[in-house]
Parts: sequence; structure tokens; C-alpha cells
Amino acid sequence: MSPAKEGSPDVEAAVRHALADIAPEVGAEMVEADADFHDDLGLDSMDALNLAIALHEATGVDIPERDYPQITSIATCAEYLRAHGTS
Amino acid sequence: MGEFVMPSLGADMDAGTVTRWLVHVGDAVHRGDIVAVVDTDKADVEVEIFEDGVVEELLVPEGTGVSVGTPLARIGAPGSAPGGTPPPEVPSAGVPSAAPTEAEPARPEPVARREPLTPVVPEAAVPVEPPPTQWRAPRAPASVSPVVRRHAADLGVDLATITGTGKSGGITRADVDRAAGVARAPAVAPTTERRSRVSPRARKVAAQRAVDVTTLSGSGPHGAVTGTDVEAASAGKPAPSGLAPPATAAPSARPARTDKAAGMRAAIARAMARSKREIPHYYLSTDIDFSSARSFLDERNEARPVTERLLPAVLLVKATALATRAVPELNGFWIDDELRVSEPVHVGVAISLRAGGLVAPAIHDADAKTLEELMAALRDLVNRARASSLRASEMSDPTITVTNLGDQGVDAVYGVIYPPQVALVGFGAVKERPWAVDGMVGAHPIVTATLAADHRASDGARGARLLNTIDRLLQEPEKL
Repeated sequence: MSPAKEGSPDVEAAVRHALADIAPEVGAEMVEADADFHDDLGLDSMDALNLAIALHEATGVDIPERDYPQITSIATCAEYLRAHGTS
Repeated sequence: MGEFVMPSLGADMDAGTVTRWLVHVGDAVHRGDIVAVVDTDKADVEVEIFEDGVVEELLVPEGTGVSVGTPLARIGAPGSAPGGTPPPEVPSAGVPSAAPTEAEPARPEPVARREPLTPVVPEAAVPVEPPPTQWRAPRAPASVSPVVRRHAADLGVDLATITGTGKSGGITRADVDRAAGVARAPAVAPTTERRSRVSPRARKVAAQRAVDVTTLSGSGPHGAVTGTDVEAASAGKPAPSGLAPPATAAPSARPARTDKAAGMRAAIARAMARSKREIPHYYLSTDIDFSSARSFLDERNEARPVTERLLPAVLLVKATALATRAVPELNGFWIDDELRVSEPVHVGVAISLRAGGLVAPAIHDADAKTLEELMAALRDLVNRARASSLRASEMSDPTITVTNLGDQGVDAVYGVIYPPQVALVGFGAVKERPWAVDGMVGAHPIVTATLAADHRASDGARGARLLNTIDRLLQEPEKL
């Protein structure tokens, strides 16, 4: 599975999938793409780390800590992965 | 077969009240099934059964208080004719017996394996409500959440007859409804509901009112669930689109999430009220320069893969655990008018649950763990807390609690001690603040550490030593 290399909506699906695993109760499949992870979904730093790990496993893209501020929503997450896709 | 007896759910429990049966006569039960809710005066505890069989007779009606060891139900052999069958032995209802039956080897703490809903934190039990969608139950033989189990009990559905469609074959609420023949609107079928959308406001309203948005069909654009839909659902009224909230889909079912959220609230209320009633708190705070710790984390995390990164919380927990060695009277319990210092340092970590409420399960022997081990333990604990699969020992063992509200952005937290613990250490957000070093003011990352401590067990000077020790330890993070 390497959805990121498509540079397509599959990337967003990968993000939603990862989010669903990390925080099932937020209903990741239904979340608005621009909903803020922290403010709207109540994710915390542990969730952010889990998301980074899940996205790394799913796409091969390593998101360094300094870039965490860039991934605040499903949309920005997908954008980041497309920009840094390495597969 | 055997009898299901009132278990001991804590060292100081000698009686309990069956507040609710979750099984009926004739139901097949399986080892690990939650069969009853028992009120221990501290918390409602969901109690498992430890054998397979069929419920032949409920010996104790709901609302009845009995002593530990009293037979509560008679359990027949698996596959035996349900109900109507005369019990092979004379019922011993009302005759308290502390001895386990021959079919049930002694098991002092029946809830002690995977009980998210049966915390036995002394006097501070905080039940966790697992919404059906968040249940993972990685170790459960049958993947069925307590909520689904209760729903099945409400509808009189035997879970053993259901093939689950959830993750790893888990049985979902929808599976139960199908088995019960409860008609559901097509729009709320699981395959459809996950495609719909939920507005942020709807999500917030749902969280506030404990509404499961996955059961709603939306009236917004592209079927999005709106705040109005959620409000309508929580009010028990059909939304314009004709959504079917759980309560209307299954008229006999109680709104389990709401009840449980209320139960969690009540448990927190009891524990915290007791704390403020009984514990003479004193409070101290100190600002700690987090520069060294921040640099240590940045350098370390930069060089490691994402799976090995450390969060600041790990340093805070480790520093706190080590600091208790310098001030052991802050690590332990106040029981029977005396301090009982704990040799092991089991740090309770306050974890907020997105559905509401919080739990503070223990990382055992936190002082002896490496940072890597602590990080793994913390990650595991948070994930399991939110998946509602905590163990009773984790709920009952903390000897001191750490609460870190840094993610919430506040400067400081002045905590309420979990009785019978005697101290709670709080950390706020790490923020850049003006900080003077050698007469020069610069911007430094600063975290405010606070201590709430029991003045019966320690005095301010000792409490100050704990915070000062935490500060000192955080200046040399590489030694943690």
C-alpha cells in the first residue's frame, strides 16, 4: 500500500484511514478535510505522534517534528504528503 | 455447574448491590462476558463471569445488597436447556458464602484483566465509556464492547449466535440490531454512515451531548450531519431528514453512552468531592527552564525514526518519578489516618478521554524505566485508555499522579489529589517566556510545575523539595 505515490485523493484517504485508527471516536471518514486536529477534533500530542507514525507506515513519508505545525488537518496533511511523497 | 458470586472488587469491599443484570435466564454466557453491574458504593462496576454456560436462575434481584461471596446466579452447563429446567441443587440464595464454587477456582479480582469499565481505583474509580466504534479489545476472545453487550442484553439477543462484521470479526451494535430484527433506516447502515460527513459544530455538540454521530443521517450538504441534526437527536426528536438515533431505533434500549458519561461524571464527582472534603491540600508551584530538555528532545528526536521519538511528557513523568525518591512521603497513600509510603513508584498519568471524563492509570515502576521504555509505556497506556482496555491493576495502583495539561495551552494546573494518594504533580504548557540568566533576560521555553499535596502526609518544605528536584533533574535530561 503506497497511496501517497499517486498524488491523488488516495492520499487523503490514507490520512483518513490513519486518523480512523488513531481516534476512532472522531469518525475520521466523516471529518471535514479542513477540521483542525487540535481545536475541532481534540487531538493531542500523543495523537499527533501516532498519526505521524501511521502515515509513515502507510506512505513511507517521514514527517519530522519541526514540520508537525504544518499538518493540522486532513487537507494540510494530504498536501504535505503529496509535497514530500518519496515512494 | 456453578454459581456466579458477588466478587470482591477491592480490598475494602465486603458487600455490593446488584444494580443491574445484563443477562436473562436462558442466556448463554461465555467466559469474560460482563453479566452484571454492581454498585460498590464507590462506583458502578461491570462484573465478568469466568465460565461458559447458560444462566439458569438469577438468585438476587436488582437493587439487592449482598455480602461478598453470595451466589448471585446459577450457571448451567453450556448447551443445557435454558430456563425452566429445575436446578440440580438446592438454591442457596441469601446464604452468604465466601467460598468460590468448585466450578470457579478462586479468583480474587474477577475484573482484573481487561476491564475498562471496572476501575478499582480506591475511592476514585472513573469508568471509561467505550463507544462501539472505538472498541479494540485486542485480547478479548470475543470482540464485543460492553456497550454492544449491554445493547444485546437489552434486546434479548444472544451474542453467541451473531457473526460480527466489525474489525477482526467484532460484533457491532448494528450486528445486534440485525439479529434482533430491529429495522434501521438504510441511511444509517454502517457502510453508508462512514461515507457521510459531520460538521465541526455537529461534532462538538455530539461530544457535549454524548450523541453517536455515526448513527445519524445528515440534513446538510451531501448528507452532512449538522449541529441541528445532533441537537434533534439528543432531544429525542426526529430530525428533518428522519434520522434514527439509537434510542428510537431500539425503543427498549437505554441511551447507554449518556448513562455511562453520567456515571463517569458521578464517579469523578465522588472522588473529587471526597478529596476536597478529606484532604487538606497545599499547593506549590515553580517555573522550570525547559531549554535543556527541549534541546535534548530536539536533537534526540531529529536523529531517530518517528517510531522512536519522545514526547516532553516522558521527561516530566520520569523526573517526577525520580524526584519522589528524594521525598518519599509524597509517594503512597493516606489510609486509616496514617501515611503508607509506597516503595514502588507507580505514576498515574491523567488521560483525558475525547468522549468526556478522564482516567489516571499507572505506569508501573516509572522510576526504573528508561526514557524509551517510558515512552512505549505511555503510548500504550494512552492508546488503551482511549480504546477502553485498561487493566484493573493500572487503575488501582498509582502511588502519585502526574497531570500534564500542556496540550491544552494553560500555564499551570492546580490539581485535586486522587484519594487515597497524597500528591499530584501538574505541568502546564511549555511556553517561551522572558527568563533571566546571569543578569541577562532572554526568551526561554518555560514550564510551570505545580504540586498539590496532602498536608496530613507532608509539609510545604518537603513539597518544595520535590519540585526543586524535578527542576534539577530536567536541567540534565541526558541523565534521566
